[in-house]
Amino acid sequence: MKAIRQAGRPRQELFRRYGMLLVLVVMVFLASMLSDRFLTASNLLNVTRQVTINAILAAGMTIVIISGGIDLSIGSVVAISGALGAGLMATGAGWAAGVLVTLLVGLALGITNGLFIAYGQLPPFIVTLATMALARGFTQVYTGGRAITVTSQTFQWFGHGYVGSIPVPVIIMIIIYILGYFFFKRTKLGRLVYAVGGNEHACRMAGIRVNRVKVAIYGINGLLAGLVGVILTARLFSAQPTAGVAYEMDAIAAVILGGTSLSGGRGNIGGTIVGALIIGVLGNVFNLMDVSPFYQDVAKGLVILVAVLLDRLLHAGGGSLRRGVSSGADQAKSA
Amino acid sequence: MRKSLVVLIALVTLALFSAAVSAQTIGLAISTLDNPFFVDLKDGAEAKAAELGVSLRVVDAQDDPARQLSGIEDLIARKVDLILVNPTDSAAVVPAILAANRAGIPVITIDRSADGGEVAAYIASDNVLGGKMAGEFIAELLGGKGKVVEIEGIPGTNAARERGQGFNEAMANYPEMEVVARQEAGFDRAKGLTVMENILQAQPEIDAVFCHNDEMALGAIIAIQAAGRADKIKVVGFDATDDAVAAVKEGRMLATVAQQPRLMGALGVEYALKVLQGEEVADFIPVPLELVK
Repeated sequence: MKAIRQAGRPRQELFRRYGMLLVLVVMVFLASMLSDRFLTASNLLNVTRQVTINAILAAGMTIVIISGGIDLSIGSVVAISGALGAGLMATGAGWAAGVLVTLLVGLALGITNGLFIAYGQLPPFIVTLATMALARGFTQVYTGGRAITVTSQTFQWFGHGYVGSIPVPVIIMIIIYILGYFFFKRTKLGRLVYAVGGNEHACRMAGIRVNRVKVAIYGINGLLAGLVGVILTARLFSAQPTAGVAYEMDAIAAVILGGTSLSGGRGNIGGTIVGALIIGVLGNVFNLMDVSPFYQDVAKGLVILVAVLLDRLLHAGGGSLRRGVSSGADQAKSA
Repeated sequence: MRKSLVVLIALVTLALFSAAVSAQTIGLAISTLDNPFFVDLKDGAEAKAAELGVSLRVVDAQDDPARQLSGIEDLIARKVDLILVNPTDSAAVVPAILAANRAGIPVITIDRSADGGEVAAYIASDNVLGGKMAGEFIAELLGGKGKVVEIEGIPGTNAARERGQGFNEAMANYPEMEVVARQEAGFDRAKGLTVMENILQAQPEIDAVFCHNDEMALGAIIAIQAAGRADKIKVVGFDATDDAVAAVKEGRMLATVAQQPRLMGALGVEYALKVLQGEEVADFIPVPLELVK
């Protein structure tokens, strides 16, 4: 504590890292005051399980956004991957084939996005907007607008099963976040994501194969969308033609709440899980307290706005200190 | 003998004459015949037309507003007496209705309304009544006493507003029925699941759930089953989709409210004749719904 007080910068760094965690803690505290049902073991497991879908998508979105990109297609990729996996199982294929196909469809669509963005030199916003429409359209065509039922109990386990008392989706989410942590801290690709997002031109000059990095990034993101396709299909015992509509927006919101900069080069995956939890807890508390649906979206918007503003104010004071040490690219961004 | 012959001739002439007068032609411009709902609507209209001795000309737009416009133009050219329009789209149908207005042919819209033009009547399902039926069914099943949850559709949509209104009107008639939670789940199965999971956490006692559509009901059922409370909590949905009707048959879902497209078509022809006879008809003709249980 003493060390922190002595140097201004670490304290600012502390706020920047843990400011949102503080918001989450305050929210949890308020929620437990407002509803005696909130802080029960069963509800906390329930919230955590509900958060998994957005959290896993947001993990992939964190990588994309740090690299300076965006992916609007993930909600539709969830739908088409889930539908094709469920469709395969409906023809008699086993659960393993269903899982594999769902994951591969996600991966393939992600790589396709990456190829267009990297080698086609197209803006990610436009490419993934097109994929979003295409994948949604194919889902409607393939399903004929109807849900495809999945009867395999092993497959359903991915959404409803437990290991001990922990729901399976929660375990999957934890594994993804541990992998994500090591991806950024320990792998070369993880470091390159920051580099590309910070200054793509410099990366190219330094001989980094930026195009390959981008294809890998969107591929990983697509694969995670496929994983969510598995979990969501398993949760609903069926693949829905309307699955995943607007999921990309909640994922982006979680990433931004987690302190990752939309302009790229800055952010961390630990913040993202906090952002996803904030959004999840909010929805849960609304339902527990029976808040009128008319006010829910208003409240959700306000909380996101206030949380981000708070985060900004908390480390705005460190601006002068940071300016001395941050790179030129970082300054240009914060200006 | 002669006298009776005269009477006979007179009667036959009268019959022929009246047949000529009543042999009116009604046009039916249907949105699509690829959807079983609208096929039923057309069948209902044809059966009623045959019963009342009017001829019915049907044009199918295959869900294409441009095709619907040309279909209605054909009906106008054939000088039908009245056109029943089942719009592909409320906004896109307006030019077609204006064309019929200019030709002096009265128009009745079915299932979907029109945003403009002069329309003699609009015939559609009575969502308020449907919500009320669901509410009364639940209340009677519980003996007028119990705790219910209402899962609402997208706020601001007609379906959510009207179905909710009817349901709550029914609840108001039973002082011992309590709506313990009213939450929105966007007409979506995944949202129905998570919202119901949360409500189950908050409410230790629930006897029944009314959902504004079947998708949310099917999601809620998954949550209720996972919580091990399926034997205590009954679910009623709305729309009678194939999945929901199957769930009702398997006993996973208590009931769902079904629209009656055949009746909708039949009422279309009935009201067409009323309009042609110069009778005053209401702007909105509600079509009753039925409970599938």
